[in-house]
Amino acid sequence: MRPFRSRLGRFTAAFDPAEATLLADLVDQVRTLLAQRGGGAEDDPLAGLTGMAVGPSTPPGDPAVARLLPAFHRDDEGLAAGLRMLREPEVIAAKDDAAVTLLDTLPRGGGTVRLTEQTARSWLVALNDVRLVFGVRLNITDDATPPAAAAADPRGPEYAMYLTYRWLSTIQESLVQAMLGDA
Amino acid sequence: MTSAASAMTLPVSDSEVGSLSDTAENAPWVVIVWNDPVNLMSYVTYVFQTLLGHPRPVAERLMLDVHHKGRATVAHGPRDSMESIVTQLHGAGLWATMAQDR
Repeated sequence: MRPFRSRLGRFTAAFDPAEATLLADLVDQVRTLLAQRGGGAEDDPLAGLTGMAVGPSTPPGDPAVARLLPAFHRDDEGLAAGLRMLREPEVIAAKDDAAVTLLDTLPRGGGTVRLTEQTARSWLVALNDVRLVFGVRLNITDDATPPAAAAADPRGPEYAMYLTYRWLSTIQESLVQAMLGDA
Repeated sequence: MTSAASAMTLPVSDSEVGSLSDTAENAPWVVIVWNDPVNLMSYVTYVFQTLLGHPRPVAERLMLDVHHKGRATVAHGPRDSMESIVTQLHGAGLWATMAQDR
């Protein structure tokens, strides 16, 4: 992987075939998590009447999905439930749009990625969502040290996941630095 | 908040402007962003700049407030606008909530 850099108003990076496959797979997994959540309220009668997409009122049971879709209010559960129903579909749609943009602009066989400001923004969001899911699954509590389970066995699957998480952090950091440099 | 903020007009304030004439129902709402261990400091700064329209120094100061104090108030205004901002911040992956600023 060659990290992102800014060149003539475009943001470019390069990925090996295996890296491109891994990244696409991870982004797909987040899409699936969100699609399962979004599909929960399809039979809502209000949605049928108004044509408005309405989400569930309760927080997701999966803590990783719950991190992607936080409560709108910390203390007022009634308000949080109402706002979740109204707003969650928009949040899911924004995340899905970003994921689709990443998948559309990532050459599947690997190679150079070339992004505009607009598509780069989607990459930041999609990369961040994958990292948020990793953060929950790995129980990451700070950015500098590996979580205990990963540190316990450098050849175990948790450590491999942690290395993938750090790799995603490097990609996202290079892209955001390139974009802040232009801003 | 540091003194850098007082010289600028910001959609952020911990002052009580407006609260004397407002009833509790009309009290403005605020958006609070909470610290989390995954979001990159640079990314949070970028989101504050692009999504909230804060100039770079303000975005960085707010990001550092989130990082060091665990939270920062990043916007205030009518409920609908704050709902919309929280929706966008959640879309971007930040941990944000709204509250009425009584």
